[in-house]
Amino acid sequence: MHTSSSSKVAPLYTNAAPAQQASHRLKVYPPKPQKVYFFATCLVDLFYPDAGMAGIQLLEQQGIEVLYPQTQTCCGQPAYTSGYHDQARAVAQAQFDLFPEPWPIVLPSGSCAGMMRQHYPQLFANTPEQANAQAIANRVFELTDFLLHVCQLQLKDEGKPIKVALHTSCSARRELGIAHVGETLLDQLAQVERIEPKRTSECCGFGGTFAVRHPQISAAMVEDKTQALIDAAPHFVTTDCGCLMNIQGHAEKTRLKLQGEHLLSFLWRRTQNDA
Amino acid sequence: MTLKTDHLAGGQFYIRVQDALANAPIRANFRKAMDGLMHKRATALEDTQERESLRELAANVRLRALARLPELLIQLEKKCQSQGIQVHWAQDAQQACEQVLAICQQRQARTVIKGKSMVSEEMELNHFLAEAGIEALESDLGEYIVQLAQETPSHIIMPAIHKNTQQISQLMHEKTGTQLSHDVAYLTECARQQLRERFQQADIGLSGVNFAVAETGTLCLVENEGNGRLTTSVPSCHIAVMGIEKVVEHLEDVTPLLSLLTRSATGQAITTYFNMISRPRQPDEKDGPEVVHLILVDNGRAHLYQDPELRDTLRCIRCGACMNHCPVYTRIGGHAYGTTYPGPIGKILMPHLTGFANNAALPSASTLCGACAEVCPVKIPIPDILVRLRREAVNGDQINPSVMAEKGFKRTWKEALAWQLWAYLAQRPRLYQIATKIARLGHYWMPQSLGAWTQVRTAPRPAAKSLSQLRRDAEKSL
Amino acid sequence: MSARDTILQRLFDGRTEALGETQAQVPASQFHVLAQVKMSLPARLQAFQQAMAKVEGEVIVLTRAQWPQKMAAWLADHTQAQRILVPPAHHVLGQALAPLWQGQWGHTWQVRTYDAPIETWQAELFNEVDLAITSTRAGIAQTGSLVLWPTPEEPRLMSLVPPIHVAILDSQRLYNTFYEVLQVEAWAQQGMPTNALLISGPSKTADIEQTLAYGVHGPKRLIVFVLVDEEMAEVCDAP
Ligand code: SF4
Repeated sequence: MHTSSSSKVAPLYTNAAPAQQASHRLKVYPPKPQKVYFFATCLVDLFYPDAGMAGIQLLEQQGIEVLYPQTQTCCGQPAYTSGYHDQARAVAQAQFDLFPEPWPIVLPSGSCAGMMRQHYPQLFANTPEQANAQAIANRVFELTDFLLHVCQLQLKDEGKPIKVALHTSCSARRELGIAHVGETLLDQLAQVERIEPKRTSECCGFGGTFAVRHPQISAAMVEDKTQALIDAAPHFVTTDCGCLMNIQGHAEKTRLKLQGEHLLSFLWRRTQNDA
Repeated sequence: MTLKTDHLAGGQFYIRVQDALANAPIRANFRKAMDGLMHKRATALEDTQERESLRELAANVRLRALARLPELLIQLEKKCQSQGIQVHWAQDAQQACEQVLAICQQRQARTVIKGKSMVSEEMELNHFLAEAGIEALESDLGEYIVQLAQETPSHIIMPAIHKNTQQISQLMHEKTGTQLSHDVAYLTECARQQLRERFQQADIGLSGVNFAVAETGTLCLVENEGNGRLTTSVPSCHIAVMGIEKVVEHLEDVTPLLSLLTRSATGQAITTYFNMISRPRQPDEKDGPEVVHLILVDNGRAHLYQDPELRDTLRCIRCGACMNHCPVYTRIGGHAYGTTYPGPIGKILMPHLTGFANNAALPSASTLCGACAEVCPVKIPIPDILVRLRREAVNGDQINPSVMAEKGFKRTWKEALAWQLWAYLAQRPRLYQIATKIARLGHYWMPQSLGAWTQVRTAPRPAAKSLSQLRRDAEKSL
Repeated sequence: MSARDTILQRLFDGRTEALGETQAQVPASQFHVLAQVKMSLPARLQAFQQAMAKVEGEVIVLTRAQWPQKMAAWLADHTQAQRILVPPAHHVLGQALAPLWQGQWGHTWQVRTYDAPIETWQAELFNEVDLAITSTRAGIAQTGSLVLWPTPEEPRLMSLVPPIHVAILDSQRLYNTFYEVLQVEAWAQQGMPTNALLISGPSKTADIEQTLAYGVHGPKRLIVFVLVDEEMAEVCDAP
């Protein structure tokens, strides 16, 4: 038999998975800063630059100077969720030098913000960059969250009455716990009637590489999500480009009358005089 | 990019998924059932402060138990033995089956009546006993139905959830001669009558265990129907089979687990019966089994235990909430997984029970939406574990090397090279910008198996100018 | 090596290897979320009744004076039972019910006790007994549960096999939570009985398309008579 016995007090330990601890790390909102770093994320950069511009303009309207590091590429998430952590780490680390000054880092995407905020510390555990990764993670904010809680953004609606359904991404909702942010911001707009779609917290089926690895399941999910949104309103907004591309793409393909837009673009558009 | 659908690696999984998705009644049955269960859980746990305190406590109880797992198992064994319960250890399903058979043979048993036990499903015990000429009869109504249909459970709490009343009525009519009827009370009464006979004749009762308490040597069973109590009280011999992770330290430890188990599973404040068994029938007692056996089943768990991150999988109390809230499970149902445990818990547990390569498609079959972890009563970080398994599958981390026996089984040089190339570009902003520019012009940079994407969606259209281009333009014009 | 030693070895080894610097002690559990549930007696009674009602458990509150007669009358009015199983005369409850089976209250029930090992009269118990009356050790308000420790006088099948289970609960023994029962009665310290039970309603299932059906394997009805003091009677609307 083994020599250990119950008389010898066995060393106990907590759940060693740092990720879980990280997800419970308390978020501390900074006072409104002079400047922020803007990390656009690949989807915004390539497919939805208007959402990025809208975010930048909303920030500038708050008197915040937006620093846009031109050498930014990707947060590393696609490789991370695919299990290629060496590659994810290399790409993530290449971004660290983009943010030399201690300003907050804002992202127009819940999923990339979730990657940087919640997973960088774990990804860099047991490496010399551990502390650095943690420090960066602590500075990362999803942009609408930042606008609402740090800038105390107050929106004035200049648009015509409209019904809108909101789809909050799973990363924004569950990884970052900010499902209330999109709702609160939309509810500030006097002429916007926000309609809650059925099963609002259910995933749209994007899931990054999931959509191509498991296309049939993904298709079944996006079908249902699109239908739920149409049943709620002809116009929907979302906090993440992945969901937008997925749902909008499905609506277009099946010729459903559903118009989607990034939440940031929508907020910016509604607050312009010519809206 | 050469991201491929997981057809090859996933094998049968894709075929079953396709079938399930095309099966309208199955999809409707699951959607309806899962919607109902989600609603019931939400109602039963609507006080969020209480809920979160309880989850914190329950997770802590399980962590504390796992931290002392070997000591607690020894304590449980000692305590049970001192109270007259015979304890056996089985390294795998085969051994566990053999131990059950040995007890049956020793008692010259012909029939075994069973209470619900997922571990016995894991062991494929019914099949094993049948081959030895011993009849194993399921007595939980859902399990009974599934057994009549010669199927396996599609849900760990509600085994026959994939069937609707009409299908069950038809099945019972064909197999047991009941009237065709959509009256659930009638069908339930018929099953009662059919099984009452069998309880009285059975030589052995076999059950699972929800929690085993080390300090008191107590086996706890949670159930609504009373079949679990009959199984453990009427036949002269009771065999309990239990996964080695089910032990808790103190009796009071079961209180938060019980409370969350029933509320998370079906929204009930408590089940009808909570049955605590600590010894066989004593000389002055007039009923209960004369002999009680406890079989502690490892079947991959001790290996799993050796990794502190994967070990979190063993916290599970089998409430099924993760599957009830899973958008993938809801769409494809339990059988598509082809595993004893379906849904999110199945995805993270099965690779350790029946082999990683045998469950190749499971870890990737998730959007990592996090609905499972959000509801899990013991706060298992399921999405993190899924990512960990994906990493193990491709052996994708040199700093934290993979540890599983079949690590890297899914790594292909093509995919590895693709990620290498991606990483190479993404670390070189100038090259990266050129690459995205080409992509914008060429229009098809996105996942190369765009076919899978465009079957139900239009291809994403790159904007005329990227955001970084727009920023550069703006800065120039200043 | 035996299976036992292999498994234990693996667990011990696995743990030693995994002991990195990140691993601290698991803190002791804080049960206050359960310990803080404290209700007054009327509130406990109400909670108990509500929880039982949700699962079709029937609760009848009786004052102590002549409760056996009142109970017998109620049962005569509300059940079809003919053959009744009760604890023997040397048991407290059996004693209280003795006039019943001596026919003193004018009922014509056939009454018997669980006086022999089950093997000698299993068929009768399964097929002929309509109703069994048992005492309870305690009740739990939060979940509407009865606590039973079956004994030689009230064996475990009494509360399980007959179609109607009648349980007598003294309101003095109505706790807030299961946690409180374990604490106050110090179960772990005292040692556990062969079998201990929480019973919360009649037997039920939802295995057929989520439709609730009662009386699948166990009792179809659970009738709880809660005994209260006179002063509680008004609060509880007791007959
Ligand atoms: S993983 Fe959590 S939610 Fe899923 S069955 Fe286990 S305890 Fe329940």
